[in-house]
Amino acid sequence: MMKTKKNPEMDMRTRIIWGAVLIAVGLLVLFLFAFSTEAGQMTKFGLNLSKGDAFVVPDLLLPTQPTNYLLALILVGVGAFQMARGVKSTGTLVAVLAFSFVMAFLVWAARDKSFSLVGMLSSSVVRATPIALAALCGVISERAGVTNIGIEGTMLFAAQVSVIVGTISGNLWVALLAAILTGGLVASLHAFLVIKFKVDQIISGTAVNILGAGVTSFVSSRFLEKNIDALNNSGTLPSISIPLLSKIPVIGPVLFENTPIVYLTIILVAVLHIVLFYTPWGLRTRAVGEHPKAADTLGVNVYLMRYVNVIFGGMFAGLGGAYFTIGSVGRFDEVMTAGKGFIGLAAMIFGKWTPIGAYTSSLIFGFADSLQVKLQILKVGIPPEFLLMAPYIVTMIVLTGVVGKAVAPAADGAPYEK
Amino acid sequence: MTDKTVKTTPSEKKDNKFDLRQIFEGSYNTLLPLLAIFTGLVIGAIVIAGTDATVIEAWKNFFQAPGAAFAAAWTSIATAYGALFGGSLGNPKEILAGIQAYFSTGDSAALLKSIYPISESLVTATPYIFAGLAVAVGFRCGLFNIGAEGQFFMGALGSVFVGYSLKGLPAIIHLPLALLGGIAAGALWGAIPGYLKAKFGAHEVVNTIMMNWIGFRLSDWLLNGPMKAPGYRPVTSAVSEAAELPRFFPDPLRLNWGFILALLVAWLIYWLLFKTTIGFEIRTVGANPDAAKYAGVNIVRNFVLAMVISGGLAGLSGASQVLGVDHWVGQGFSAGYGFDAIAIALLGKSHPLGVVLAALLFGVLRGGATRMQSMAGIPVDIISIIQGLVIIFVAAPGIIRWLYRIHPAKNKQALQSRG
Amino acid sequence: MPVLELRGITKSFPGVKANQDISLTLEKGEIHALLGENGAGKTTLMNILYGLYRPDEGEILINDQKVDIEGPNDAIARGIGMVHQHFMLVPVMTVTENVMLGNETTKSGVFLDREKVSQRIREISNQYGLEVDPEAYIKDLPVGIQQRVEIIKVLYRQADILILDEPTAVLTPQEVDGLFKIIHSLIDAGKSLIFITHKLKEVLHIADRITVLRLGKVVGSAIPGEVDEQKLAEMMVGREVNLVVNKKIAEPGAAVLEVKDLYVPDERGNPSVNGLNLDVRAGEVVGVAGVQGNGQTELVYALTGLLPIKSGSIHLSGRDIHKCTPRQIIEQGVAHVPEDRQKHGLVLSFPLLDNMVLCTYYKPPFAKGVNMQEKPIAENGTGLVKQFDVRTPSIFVAASTLSGGNQQKVIVAREFSRPIKLLIASQPTRGLDVGSIEYIHGRIIEKRDEGTAVLVVSSELDEIIALSDRIAVMYRGRIVDILPAGATKEHLGLLMAGVKPEDIPDSAKQKSAGPVEKVF
Repeated sequence: MMKTKKNPEMDMRTRIIWGAVLIAVGLLVLFLFAFSTEAGQMTKFGLNLSKGDAFVVPDLLLPTQPTNYLLALILVGVGAFQMARGVKSTGTLVAVLAFSFVMAFLVWAARDKSFSLVGMLSSSVVRATPIALAALCGVISERAGVTNIGIEGTMLFAAQVSVIVGTISGNLWVALLAAILTGGLVASLHAFLVIKFKVDQIISGTAVNILGAGVTSFVSSRFLEKNIDALNNSGTLPSISIPLLSKIPVIGPVLFENTPIVYLTIILVAVLHIVLFYTPWGLRTRAVGEHPKAADTLGVNVYLMRYVNVIFGGMFAGLGGAYFTIGSVGRFDEVMTAGKGFIGLAAMIFGKWTPIGAYTSSLIFGFADSLQVKLQILKVGIPPEFLLMAPYIVTMIVLTGVVGKAVAPAADGAPYEK
Repeated sequence: MTDKTVKTTPSEKKDNKFDLRQIFEGSYNTLLPLLAIFTGLVIGAIVIAGTDATVIEAWKNFFQAPGAAFAAAWTSIATAYGALFGGSLGNPKEILAGIQAYFSTGDSAALLKSIYPISESLVTATPYIFAGLAVAVGFRCGLFNIGAEGQFFMGALGSVFVGYSLKGLPAIIHLPLALLGGIAAGALWGAIPGYLKAKFGAHEVVNTIMMNWIGFRLSDWLLNGPMKAPGYRPVTSAVSEAAELPRFFPDPLRLNWGFILALLVAWLIYWLLFKTTIGFEIRTVGANPDAAKYAGVNIVRNFVLAMVISGGLAGLSGASQVLGVDHWVGQGFSAGYGFDAIAIALLGKSHPLGVVLAALLFGVLRGGATRMQSMAGIPVDIISIIQGLVIIFVAAPGIIRWLYRIHPAKNKQALQSRG
Repeated sequence: MPVLELRGITKSFPGVKANQDISLTLEKGEIHALLGENGAGKTTLMNILYGLYRPDEGEILINDQKVDIEGPNDAIARGIGMVHQHFMLVPVMTVTENVMLGNETTKSGVFLDREKVSQRIREISNQYGLEVDPEAYIKDLPVGIQQRVEIIKVLYRQADILILDEPTAVLTPQEVDGLFKIIHSLIDAGKSLIFITHKLKEVLHIADRITVLRLGKVVGSAIPGEVDEQKLAEMMVGREVNLVVNKKIAEPGAAVLEVKDLYVPDERGNPSVNGLNLDVRAGEVVGVAGVQGNGQTELVYALTGLLPIKSGSIHLSGRDIHKCTPRQIIEQGVAHVPEDRQKHGLVLSFPLLDNMVLCTYYKPPFAKGVNMQEKPIAENGTGLVKQFDVRTPSIFVAASTLSGGNQQKVIVAREFSRPIKLLIASQPTRGLDVGSIEYIHGRIIEKRDEGTAVLVVSSELDEIIALSDRIAVMYRGRIVDILPAGATKEHLGLLMAGVKPEDIPDSAKQKSAGPVEKVF
């Protein structure tokens, strides 16, 4: 209809606010970090994971104080530019803001110490994996118009089943398959309730979460605790190095020396992207989530599309559940998912309901998570409990939509009545 | 999305016209939750028997001795549920004997001993009433407060802080202050997601969950640091006696004024929701936010208000548990109250009376579950399973209808899709 | 041999017999109009034909073959295509994606072949004169073009029998002419058409044969040359209908509403109202005509405080209200009959008596302090139900159980019963039956005669013409011209389509003969 025109008045205000935020953070870096270090201090960022790599890149050695001055300068400079002229995309601003602040913080926190940057990036990828799988589950379900808030419970079920199957069968691949099938099964319960019985999707998801926590805890205390070796000790999936690729400096150890679940996740992101946007199935899925009636009048089976997508989503969550047990510690602990399913939903929203976006934002959450662990090791003087809050607080900030607000599929969460 | 969750319109009951169908509808509406609970318990029984090693053994020989298989299953279930209800309601014979003894000899010891299980159930039900009301108020405003858990914990911490840090105050001042401390902490924890929802449209379900986790981490820090009592364990000091909710009977009976307070608050919430303009606004926003905005109702204010009330009630729930029962707070204090509260609010159809009844039921189940665990070795988590099932059955009446072949009165929607 | 025959179709919904024993035939190359007022069962019948509903009884024959249509897929396979009244288009997808949905062409069996489908769309466009850009997103297209996409969707599936459900409801008179041209080119290509409408003139203009439905039954059929509007109207409504709205000449007083240079962005921040000027005086009805989506909705929202404005001023009796909340505006005597009665106008799950005090619940006598007063609220409900002839078993039933007409009466009762200075009625009779329309129109004129300033916004041009003392034509967020009552449809239509006032030919301004037609 009418062409979108910028609203100059609104732009002015947000522009100045963003500029002010950047300058304020720049000053924060200056006063908090730069001024509290001494001139001669150095920070060492490790860029190699293990000593035996074929190509060893020299570690990054940064003078602490000048680096912080520089970063503060960048922040203030970009902030001033933003106030005066305005930067086009808020995405760039956020990137500059987050990168500079986190860098400044790390350089400051690791002053006079050595800090493995590659180690942290690599653990970010690993920690992002269950979040990404939960997010992908959300993407595919919500694109078809079904909100699945029961991802957390689904992952718990799958985590427990995979460890039990893995321990009994001794075959972790079978365990992985069992986790995926369990995820699909639990999701089919959710799908059945919301599609067939039109149960409120949030309530159904909550029931799945309560059942997930209840059943797995019940099984844990009734069976697993007494028979740890027979039932709850599966070992973990091996880490597989991809030939050649894993030898690339920095990227190699971060991306190509991982467990199969990490690889599967990355493959899934690519496949899902293609399926959603370049195949008939994806077109129908999106149509069903946006305007089910329109799809119905063209002979698309709305219910079938929703069932299949939700169940596939459940399988992703099942894979995510397997990460917690056979993918990392090899045993099941009660309520071990610790809100990752919900964080995945936030990653989905932040990623604008796209697979690639969801994965990228999961990496941010994974980074926040591993940062928190590293900082505990570095003993920065902040109580670890507060550092542990980081992923949750990041989630809440993301959900305010201050940074890149996106619109959910139009029929998301609404039951379809013929 | 959650505006669909609140289905009942209490004013409908005021219909004076005599209509047989409505009476049936009415009984159907009360029948449904009862059948949901019953079905949940039946499935719970199947889980209990199905995971019992002796039962499984017996069933392996089903074709040789079917009777023994059924007997084993029955024994397993009877032991478990016997322990559950014995542990929560007591033994009627003992109670009768206790009453007789009291009236004949004036000795109350036997009576008090016999009503101990009931007292414990009511003690357990007390925080459930508050927490169930908390979730119900959220539902009425179209908000899904899944974070009653965190608000409960924060409320407990708030009240215990007021309870132990102030000294020398008379009970008449100290107790209300401690309760207010709990309400305030819970209300704050609820207000944040409420504000984010109202202002930015941020999903309150995810945010309240995040607030739960933030609350747990914060409490870990508080209990290991600023609020830690001297000693090894990460627990707070006990509240001073002036801040305790007085108990009705001597130890070990823990029934206290918190229960009466819960009933009063339930009545207060009923009045607020259905008799005042505040409640009218909250319910309007919950039932149709667009119409509420059209009618001049301030949506932002009501979202925040509902979450403040909801969080405050959850906080009061935690306070009642601290001041009435435990008197101090340790790690893992909240232990699932928030999720139980969701089941209670749904089961009680977000109506205060329904919430009280549902809370009493869960008081009985939870109260007896501990005994069931010790007597029959059934993990308390069975209650969570039953709870999840009850939520499903209440939310999907179609399943119950199908199971029990109930046909609801037709003609619910007089008019649809014409033209 | 008819290409399509329906025999004894019967369909019931809880509480309603939507179709009773309906039979009709469609010959090849014929335009068969299905005439009936809102709620007569036209759409239900066509949804049965299209497989969206299953009939309780009756059978469908295509080319003399009895067929069982179990879903849209069956209908499509048998050459039936439907253009729905509410477009079945996914706004965030392109024309190509919408057209191919459900019937996708693929490359190497897996990937969508968008190019091929775009090509096919262009071919169809050229063949039938349906110009449209295949790469455009639906949300960016005006409704007239969206309708073309709907028709292309049907043709893409090679339908021979086309059902058009109220296709003219959202079009300007000139767009209607364009549509009729397209229809004729379809007939020339050998298609057969069922044309659903409640508009008498159109039927007489385009149809070869007319079947009239009333309350779910066939009440008669006719050939255009043999009947006139009066006769059709009587068949449709079942009683003699007065085709002229009776009202006195308006006696306008002082300006109540004055809008100057108003700019309003819509909810997504796109400009919707762009420098609008308008005033409404006491005792007159100003009608806002325009194709849906030209900023009417946002104008009404801005006037009632539901949407913040960007700049400009809104004065109510001389007081600036542009910063007021909806409640402050209500309290200053503005009544609002909203466009979407189920979204804004009613809380469907609330009983009638609560809906009747939706805007005044906090004021005496309905509340004392925070305490709601049950007795006055109930008395108010009972009184209004009687006064405004709301058909309901009781004031305690939920608003959702009422028919559309009665729901609208509840809103009208609530809004009209307050002391008001300005009445804003947006699509006040959309989807209602003739009885309710007559009633609501009567009430609006009554309010005008009491000295209330009335602003009516409607996409039904006939309604605007019937009610208004002055007609403001809105196009792309502006009032492009204000015409006196009695302006011709052609004149209004050209303005609605964006023709500049100075470019309107005099021939279009000539007053057409005959009385103003009433709206159905």
